[in-house]
Amino acid sequence: MTLSPQLLGRLAVLALAAGLLQVAAVSQVSVLGVRADLTPLVVMSVGLLCGSVAGALVGFGLGLFTDAALLQTLGISSLILLTVGYAAGRLRELRDPAHALTPIAVGVAGTATAAVGFSFMQFLLGVDAPVSLLLIREILATIVLNAILALPVYALVRRVLLPFLPGDPRRRRRRAYMTGGLSPISRA
Amino acid sequence: MLALLVALSLTLLTAYFGEPAGGALHALQRGVLQVLAPIQEGAGVALKPVRDLAGWFGDTLHARSERDELLRERDALRQEVISNESAAADNQRLRRLLELDRAGISAYQPVTATVIGRSPTVWYSTLTIDRGSVDGVRVDQPVVNGDGLVGKITAVSHGAAQVTLVTDHTSGVSARVVAPRVADRANGVYGVVQTAIGNPQDLLLNFVSRTSQLSRGDRVVTAGSRSNRLESLFPAGIPIGVVTRVDDEELSQYQRVHIRPFADLQRLNFVQVLTRPAAGAAARAQSP
Repeated sequence: MTLSPQLLGRLAVLALAAGLLQVAAVSQVSVLGVRADLTPLVVMSVGLLCGSVAGALVGFGLGLFTDAALLQTLGISSLILLTVGYAAGRLRELRDPAHALTPIAVGVAGTATAAVGFSFMQFLLGVDAPVSLLLIREILATIVLNAILALPVYALVRRVLLPFLPGDPRRRRRRAYMTGGLSPISRA
Repeated sequence: MLALLVALSLTLLTAYFGEPAGGALHALQRGVLQVLAPIQEGAGVALKPVRDLAGWFGDTLHARSERDELLRERDALRQEVISNESAAADNQRLRRLLELDRAGISAYQPVTATVIGRSPTVWYSTLTIDRGSVDGVRVDQPVVNGDGLVGKITAVSHGAAQVTLVTDHTSGVSARVVAPRVADRANGVYGVVQTAIGNPQDLLLNFVSRTSQLSRGDRVVTAGSRSNRLESLFPAGIPIGVVTRVDDEELSQYQRVHIRPFADLQRLNFVQVLTRPAAGAAARAQSP
């Protein structure tokens, strides 16, 4: 999928809005002791809708924004989220999944990759404090919360990017069904 | 493209990790914080109803168990207040006798700030607040709320600052146990409060000797220090938390004391930064 300047502009605005929403609102809302993390969901949605290059670009940008805005170690979130975006994009390019529940599965995988990847990077950089086993519970709870949010986030991202999505699998299949001879009406 | 982005991320990571706190990338981050602070503040205000709604659900779920726990705590504290009143009078007399000057929190000027941002990951327990250097906020100043210690300032821009919470893995606070058992009164019970990553409701009081007798319900406050060589960042006497469990590890010379923080660090809307000491107190502290 080619990345037009208009699409790039819209992706930049989307990433900025998602980053701000995460930092200013979502991170401050605790649901049963855990917080949702919209960033892997947004990156996953862009990857699924626009492909690997767009997914990687948005992942890198959103990660950089998060690290810069929260004064975290620069580069960690970028590296992890670009992996999530690229992987979601490759899934679309290789498998072209059209099932309605695909965003949930990919959202769970993306969140798990982000959480485990972040922990792994922190261990590589050195941790001074003991690590509680409850970290695993925290990661699992975040994954569950993100799984619930995956579909609405995907739908919202899809709506924002819709004018630039000629290759959206669901629309493409619908078009093929109606105009490509698959419809019983056209056969008649 | 992918290789370029990965290389860029790794370069940033390496450069950031290797440079000192005053380096170019850190300065760039403070600049970003400066630009984003008003936007975050606006977004925070606009999205407050959403946060409040989610908070209301959480509060309702926890209210019942919290009420029972608070009632038990109230009964215990009522007993304690009675015995403390006479101890406080003794304490004042002894302080005057020893000419101790521990002004504590009253020596600082509190600046109230609103929380405008928060890190989403458990690995970074940080907040962004809407007060910065223009309000007198400086790096390493203590941050409290009505319940107790919250953390300290770790980065400051013109109009915003970053607070690293006591639950962050980089945090360490010298602390003491209030009203230790008779056997420990001579030396007091001191330790360092650190966190266990992944469990923000469980702080650890480390380096407490195995001979010290601690039990559930003991309260822990900041130790503070007036040593000229190593002055503590935190004034003495700020409540940190209450002891919930003591692990006596046989192979270690220290006990591992678990503490539940007084401050609800999951839901912080307002905090107070303890900025520079008030003029009178500073002069008192410096005088021999």
